[in-house]
Amino acid sequence: MDLLEHAGKRVLAAHGVPVPVGHVAFDVDQAVAAGDAIGYPVVVKAQVPVGGRGKAGGIKVANDAAELAVAAGEVLGMSIKGHFVHRIWVEEALTAAREIYFSFTFDRAAKLHLGMLSGRGGIDIEQVAAEFPEAIHRFHVNPLERLSEAEATAAVEAAGITGDAAEPVAGMLVKLYDAYTAEDAELVEVNPLAVVADGRVLAMDAKVILDDNAAWRHPGWEEWRYVEGLDPRERSAREKGLTYVGLDGSVGIIGNGAGLVMATLDVVAQVGGRAANFLDVGGGAAADVITAALEVVNADPAVRAIFVNIFGGITRGEEVANGIVEALGRVELHSPIVVRLDGTNAEEGRAILASHESDRLVSRPTMLEAARTAVTLAASGPSS
Amino acid sequence: MSILVDGSTRVLVQGLTGSQGRFHGLRNRDYGTSIVAGVTPGKGGTDVDGIPVFDTVAEAVAATGADASLVFVPARAAAAAVIEAGDAGIALVVCITEGIPLHDEARAFHHLARNCPGTRLLGPNCPGVISPGRANLGITPGGIALAGGPVGVVSRSGTLTYQALHELTRNGIGQTTCVGIGGDPVPGTGFIDCLRLFQADPETRAVIMIGEIGGADEEAAAGFIAGEMDKPVVAYVAGVTAPPGRRMGHAGAIVSGGKGGAAAKIEALQAAGATVVLDPTELGSRMKEVLQGLG
Repeated sequence: MDLLEHAGKRVLAAHGVPVPVGHVAFDVDQAVAAGDAIGYPVVVKAQVPVGGRGKAGGIKVANDAAELAVAAGEVLGMSIKGHFVHRIWVEEALTAAREIYFSFTFDRAAKLHLGMLSGRGGIDIEQVAAEFPEAIHRFHVNPLERLSEAEATAAVEAAGITGDAAEPVAGMLVKLYDAYTAEDAELVEVNPLAVVADGRVLAMDAKVILDDNAAWRHPGWEEWRYVEGLDPRERSAREKGLTYVGLDGSVGIIGNGAGLVMATLDVVAQVGGRAANFLDVGGGAAADVITAALEVVNADPAVRAIFVNIFGGITRGEEVANGIVEALGRVELHSPIVVRLDGTNAEEGRAILASHESDRLVSRPTMLEAARTAVTLAASGPSS
Repeated sequence: MSILVDGSTRVLVQGLTGSQGRFHGLRNRDYGTSIVAGVTPGKGGTDVDGIPVFDTVAEAVAATGADASLVFVPARAAAAAVIEAGDAGIALVVCITEGIPLHDEARAFHHLARNCPGTRLLGPNCPGVISPGRANLGITPGGIALAGGPVGVVSRSGTLTYQALHELTRNGIGQTTCVGIGGDPVPGTGFIDCLRLFQADPETRAVIMIGEIGGADEEAAAGFIAGEMDKPVVAYVAGVTAPPGRRMGHAGAIVSGGKGGAAAKIEALQAAGATVVLDPTELGSRMKEVLQGLG
């Protein structure tokens, strides 16, 4: 789960990491009330789950209530990289004397936690990483260990962060590692970690990704879930418990197993088509799951043909075929379905499909032939 | 021969009394696997279809001499179950459970690495390992595999593993062992571990390797194939056109440096001398050609 900035800052603050004073606002009145409570000047920051907000005009400074009303009105309702701004964060305006980049994430290659620290933080950190890799100090922490103060101090020194800031930054690294592990985070990133004029060190931004697999031990996460900005297709799929990613082609894809679904996308592209989505029904797909998947894909107006690609392992072919036939009777489909069924009891499944074969339901024996048929049907124009 | 498991492997099932553990544990026994015990805390002294259940792995090992464990424990307790198996001296722990929290999984992996040098972990979130005709530990449908070798299979993807077995069997090609290493962030056993075992196994003449986008394990495996293997490898990498994964902040971009895509993996495997197919249903027919080339 990707947290918005304001929720990420609350997580960090709970572990003793200093953050600027701020409040969430969903409208102009709430924003002005927040500004009055904080004291001016304040910064208005769009709360969207993407980077590059500043460059897109989603971050504005206001020196009084009137300016804040204008700024809040402008930012609320903006669209940033396809994300409508439903909420803003109003916080005290602070000037950074120095910007530091910091993150903890899991390094899959080393199988260790990876800390990255740079004295050259700020909006161009990826460019810095590409051009001056030595400007980013990397260090590993064994998951069985805590980050010790000595290790944190060594990391700060290795990153070239010296002077008065060194000690508070090192102290903050220890707290950030605790937050990363205790909160079951996949990523804790602060860019920038700012040294402000009076010498304080604060997390001016927070990018926190929480591990959904650990949600059961963090009941408080529910209130942070950001659903208003999701692709409506993805929201509907999530509600049905399906793994769905919206794409921009015209061939709807339903398959079992992430690898097979990826392979299906590849084969469709190989024969000149474009997938409208990635949809994995998972293992043991029963009739109701197939129906739900067909409903989600069918609701996408861009879909012109639906390719159902199932390999029966534990799931038996005739069960899948029965599920498809049942779904046909329950869902009014706008597009023809092409089915490729293989694996356990595929023969029986194909026999069931054959008895229902029509111009709306076509069965093909191989993945490649099914992809060709689906792409041809999708290209033959609107079907309804 | 085979790798990792054979007819002499003695298996205990952690979570045998749960629905998944019971279903697959009994299926594995029906396949011919020697399932000697179950472990469920609080259910010691009972049995599942004649298989004795113990409260702890240590008790089960002492009573039955089990040397492998198959873990079907729910995600909340699975990491602790893996650690318990390692501490009890189990040589091979196969963890089928998916959805284990990342930090739990990382701690379990390092606990085994630090304290249990004699334990190998396979998974989590994997279909398990099958040596056709000898033993099946996991959820692979035994019926799609063919005994007798000479091909070894190693895969990161569940359904594509079954697809590969099915294609080989359909072409009359048997398998020595098929290993699903799983797609989780901290797999206990990787491509290179399996490739090394297949290279050393006299019965395995060629290997199928199935990768996916993300990470750099396929590139590392390519390095091993080029440097250490003389057996042919036929490979498939899923995700050439997959949507970009979730963006892990700037950190993800800094770590990957734009790598992890399918094209780079395919290129590395081809450069290492592997035969790469672009459609997974071609794995069987292409392997047939490769084996004919070996004479």
